[in-house]
Amino acid sequence: MNDLTHLTIADALDGLAARKFSARELTDAHIQKMGAAKGLNAYITETPDLARAKADASDKRRASGGAIGALDGIPLGIKDLFCTEGVLTTAGSHILDGFKPTYESTVTSKLFDAGAVMLGKLNLDEFAMGSSNKTSYYGNVINPWKRKGDNTDLVPGGSSGGSSAAVAARIAMGATGTDTGGSIRQPAALTGTVGIKPTYGRCSRWGIVAFASSLDQAGPIARSVEDCAIMLGVMAGHDPKDSTSVEMAVPDFRKGLTGDIRGLRVGIPREYRVDGMSQEISDLWAKGAEWLKAQGAIIKEISLPHTKYALPTYYIIAPAEASSNLARYDGVRFGLRVPGNSLDEMYELTRAAGFGKEVKRRILIGTYVLSAGYYDAYYLQAQKIRALILKDFTNAFQDVDVILTPSTPSAAFGFHENEDDPVQMYLQDVFTVTVNLAGLPGISVPAGLDSKGLPLGLQMIGRAFDEETLLRSAQALERAANFTALPAGV
Amino acid sequence: MSLDSKTVANIATLARIRVPEADLPGLAQELNGIMTWIEQLNEVDTKGVQPMSGVLARDMPRRPDVVNDGGDPLKVLANAPEPAHGFFTVPKVVE
Repeated sequence: MNDLTHLTIADALDGLAARKFSARELTDAHIQKMGAAKGLNAYITETPDLARAKADASDKRRASGGAIGALDGIPLGIKDLFCTEGVLTTAGSHILDGFKPTYESTVTSKLFDAGAVMLGKLNLDEFAMGSSNKTSYYGNVINPWKRKGDNTDLVPGGSSGGSSAAVAARIAMGATGTDTGGSIRQPAALTGTVGIKPTYGRCSRWGIVAFASSLDQAGPIARSVEDCAIMLGVMAGHDPKDSTSVEMAVPDFRKGLTGDIRGLRVGIPREYRVDGMSQEISDLWAKGAEWLKAQGAIIKEISLPHTKYALPTYYIIAPAEASSNLARYDGVRFGLRVPGNSLDEMYELTRAAGFGKEVKRRILIGTYVLSAGYYDAYYLQAQKIRALILKDFTNAFQDVDVILTPSTPSAAFGFHENEDDPVQMYLQDVFTVTVNLAGLPGISVPAGLDSKGLPLGLQMIGRAFDEETLLRSAQALERAANFTALPAGV
Repeated sequence: MSLDSKTVANIATLARIRVPEADLPGLAQELNGIMTWIEQLNEVDTKGVQPMSGVLARDMPRRPDVVNDGGDPLKVLANAPEPAHGFFTVPKVVE
């Protein structure tokens, strides 16, 4: 009975508890559907045997009355940026050829300890660098959504494009993602799914292939705000192995979903009305504010004056950190090695063959802005503007509790659009990147379809470590939007 | 500020990425496009602003100075391209 793949995680947990179906049946339903959805290329590695064994173990736990985890028996997809013990981990890159970690990332450990079942490793932009999932060495991921009456393949967003496509196509009940500049929220918006990037420090980064360490955060993509709350509750928490993970109790996010937003102050940042914003996005944004107001929220216009500088600031800081983080891929300790006559030649040939075009571009920019003579002009200036962007938010949060913005400047686009100019592609993250620079939590909720029948998302931004208010607000938005559309054939 | 082929070749060497001579002008043009877009940051007045390297306003936590990991060379070497005698190997660096 394939209907099982359409359940939310919350409903599946209820169904498992009531013995309406087994974890094995739930997992098998997904594995079967994965077989039919291979054309999406959402998974790089499928692990059906492992999944069945874990599902059987979950059923045994329930049958024997053993302790049941918060995600016991729930089949999930794992972005292939998380190291998984004994299972190929590629980061979407040729340079990690054959890499099977001998350890498990903290976030995936927590998920598996809670009983989650891994269906496989999900495709992504190479080293999480991209907004379309076009930079993966393992090929494009196809968005299950299509424009009305048009069969053109569309991107699923990126970098967590395999995650968003899989959750939308019902070949995972939820998925892990990571978000450095919008890589959870933008793909969620483009696929009609919910994705939350928690506050920096909320989830451990240990065992996640690093892109830009001061910006990277893990978070879930799922089909409802409640499902995201359940997953995040498991993924979050202090980890001594990541010195930037914060020693702070993890609230019961699900319990915080009270449905009551009366008196909630919602900020509408005027600087997010960017030039050339489509009428559809602008209307949807206004509608979102109306929906919240109708439930008792107070809408306030706010100002975040340095918004327009966020993207260029990001394109200094993220490549700078990436150029340093990716120095470790040198053909010595893991992955690809291209032989050379000298050590330097081996490094250069290995990195030339192993990295794709976009990754090389970013390493070169990062190397340039950190190089002697340019450090102050670029990197230091960007770090100062980052401080101003954070200050904008700190000021705004004196007057409001959450902020409402569009998630993306457009719906899903075709593979050959936004292709000629890298900057055009970077603009995909114009509404999401500020949140990473400021370390705040942000969530994208599907809010409607555009005139071509494609999903559009609205983003809400919260105070640092106040995911509870953020999730509660997002659920109010979700309830009003009542997004029930499905991609054709799913 | 404009990046020429020579500068790009220099950066590529610093980054240890081999770039064929023929690709340098095209790459320089691409990187220039990005850097020109980034130049707008110069218009922001940042006098007196403290640079920010991360969002956590606290000191790095310390742990007791004890060995709490290690002793498993096989795991460390498990993914090495050409391990030998319990070591990583690289091309000869000393003549």
